[in-house]
Amino acid sequence: MSVSHYPAVSFDQTVRRHTLSVIVDNEPGVLSRIAGLFSGRGYNIESLTVSETEAEKHISRITIVTSGSEKIIDQIKNHLDRLVPVHRVVDLTLQGESIERELALLKVVGKGDHRMEALRLATAFGARTIDATVTSFVFELTGATDDIERFIKVLGPCGLAEVSRTGIAAMARGSEVM
Amino acid sequence: MSEMMTGAEMVVRALRDQNVEHLFGYPGGAVLPIYDALFQQDFVKHILVRQEGGAVHSAEGYARSSGKVGVVLVTSGPGATNAVTGLTDALMDSIPLVCITGQVPTHLIGSDAFQECDTVGITRSCTKHNYLVKRIEDLPRILHEAFYVASNGRPGPVVIDIPKDIQFARGVYSRPKDNQHKTYRPTVKGDLSKIKAAVELMSKAKRPVFYTGGGVINAGPHASALLRELVHLTGFPCTSTLMGLGAFPAADKQWLGMLGMHGTYEANLAMHGCDVMINIGARFDDRITGRIDAFSPGSRKIHVDIDPSSINKNVKVEIPIVGDCAHVLEDMVRLWRELSPQVDKPALKSWWGQINEWRGRNSLGFQNSETIIKPQHAVQRLYELTKGHDTYVTTEVGQHQMWAAQYFHFEEPNRWMTSGGLGTMGYGLPAAIGVQLAHPKALVIDIAGEASILMNIQEMSTALQYRLPVKIFILNNEYMGMVRQWQELLHGGRYSSSYSEALPDFVKLAEAYGSHGIRCSDPAKLDDAIMEMIETPRAVIFDCVVAKEENCFPMIPSGKAHNEMILNDFTGDTKTVIDAKGRELV
Repeated sequence: MSVSHYPAVSFDQTVRRHTLSVIVDNEPGVLSRIAGLFSGRGYNIESLTVSETEAEKHISRITIVTSGSEKIIDQIKNHLDRLVPVHRVVDLTLQGESIERELALLKVVGKGDHRMEALRLATAFGARTIDATVTSFVFELTGATDDIERFIKVLGPCGLAEVSRTGIAAMARGSEVM
Repeated sequence: MSEMMTGAEMVVRALRDQNVEHLFGYPGGAVLPIYDALFQQDFVKHILVRQEGGAVHSAEGYARSSGKVGVVLVTSGPGATNAVTGLTDALMDSIPLVCITGQVPTHLIGSDAFQECDTVGITRSCTKHNYLVKRIEDLPRILHEAFYVASNGRPGPVVIDIPKDIQFARGVYSRPKDNQHKTYRPTVKGDLSKIKAAVELMSKAKRPVFYTGGGVINAGPHASALLRELVHLTGFPCTSTLMGLGAFPAADKQWLGMLGMHGTYEANLAMHGCDVMINIGARFDDRITGRIDAFSPGSRKIHVDIDPSSINKNVKVEIPIVGDCAHVLEDMVRLWRELSPQVDKPALKSWWGQINEWRGRNSLGFQNSETIIKPQHAVQRLYELTKGHDTYVTTEVGQHQMWAAQYFHFEEPNRWMTSGGLGTMGYGLPAAIGVQLAHPKALVIDIAGEASILMNIQEMSTALQYRLPVKIFILNNEYMGMVRQWQELLHGGRYSSSYSEALPDFVKLAEAYGSHGIRCSDPAKLDDAIMEMIETPRAVIFDCVVAKEENCFPMIPSGKAHNEMILNDFTGDTKTVIDAKGRELV
């Protein structure tokens, strides 16, 4: 018999990253209900995106990227599902292939070679230049999280001064709808 | 029928339409319009408590003993914050409540106005759901929806925060055809294929045990009847959590007593040694499982729960069934009858033989005394002497609560009201007041400790005002007994702040509140004193002076497994039964 006490060790402890799509009533407090659930029960939020998707029905779609063992992910989904304003919870990671995208705005400040290098990299990554002054650029890049991370990394030495990211919006591939 | 009326009138009308006869509350500036509307009618009776916390516990006692939704009305700010403990208590124990709170007028929200607090923010995590009403048009729907949400699915407390200007605003009231929520639809029917698998597993069991909980009580008296039928059909042993006592009759020969930290030897060892565990409406709480990696190691488990998030939360189960206990039990009974299985009779016989051997250990036995009242003896006598009565029992929290659970036996559901999940001292007296209002003719007893009772003693005034003959039976050992016991077990007997210093004279206190006071410290006079309490037609405070340093056993020490219990005849050093790791647990 093992010598451990609480908590249980009988579950698969491998931590995985899951993307959840949650359809909710867009009513006051719904976001803090969800955020409070995560903080109150000690779960992680890696990314959280929310916006109204069906204005006339007051329905919002929340995309949450979280991580945990299989047991924790199940608990998260069950706890989300029992919130009164939550209509549906779909685990896109379990559904198979899904598309995940986020948008980032990146400000580069500098002069001379750094500036030119930043512009070349932006072109290579397919980023749009949406603002330019003689000492700065603001680039916009939409893509998978990994692409954005890579872009941020290479832009670092070229005077990257500020980053703003939207968090992930996700959807299942194919004809399946939520 | 649509009618024009003010928001305050809508509140009262909706309560009436929901057939609410009793409302527990305390007035204040932000709910005055609702109190004015209450004043002008006489269907909904308002019960004035002495502190808002008392209102919520009273509503809990009312709800738990009657199966109805308990309703509370408090003012903004401190009214709402005083209600928070009770709301959390109701959330943990799945009690259906609707709590209406006043709020400062909408244009002042966020301005730090007098008696303003962020009620929906504060109560978000201690309610099943909550609402801030910002438009009069939404009020009728929300009022009715709140009752639906509170009582459907896993029951729980719902808060409706109503700003004062909304209470004065006029709008159209109509009772919705159904008061359902537009999307919230909890699953009540269990998955039939899973129920079939469960029944098959049960039919092949060699060492089965039913482990039942508060979910059976919440599913209504019908669920208790079905549980009895199923347990009798199968011939399996049955145990229950603290919250589930009464769902299965304590006098039945298949009853093992309560399980868990202070449960019986036979119940806990049956849980440890079983091969099939049938959990109906319980949630594998840490008071039940003890050391979780050693919990019932050889069993396959069936778990019936209306809340999917209870499944696999603490213990992984083989057959989870999401649904209302009454529905699932009905299917189980039907399928068992259809299958009329050949159970393994020799195996069951030897299992019962084993259980009877454990029973022979007499784990609730204790050393009685002729000179001093033992608390266990006091509860035993209370139980024996109240047997012929229509009795309801509430408790506070601590040793007396566990002794009440061990030595007071329940044959029917809804007779036992206790704070299980949150463990709220001060629950018992206001809960007893709620029970007495729901059952005016019944004998309602709050089994209390001298420390707990002082937490809501002001509710004696409420009992006096409404002439509620509640009996408060205090096991007075001049210690916060459970704290003292843990200090003995965990902290070398250093009784830091657990001595009940400067106690009031409870007999005089009873008299001060216009009730009757009794003190008894002599075992020979105990029966007569209890009879005097029972026969007194008004409220009584009974100061039962008991042995001071009695420990509540049996006990599964923190961090230990079911088969590592210590019993009343434990002779070793109590200071060494809990190891360093177990000390960190609660």
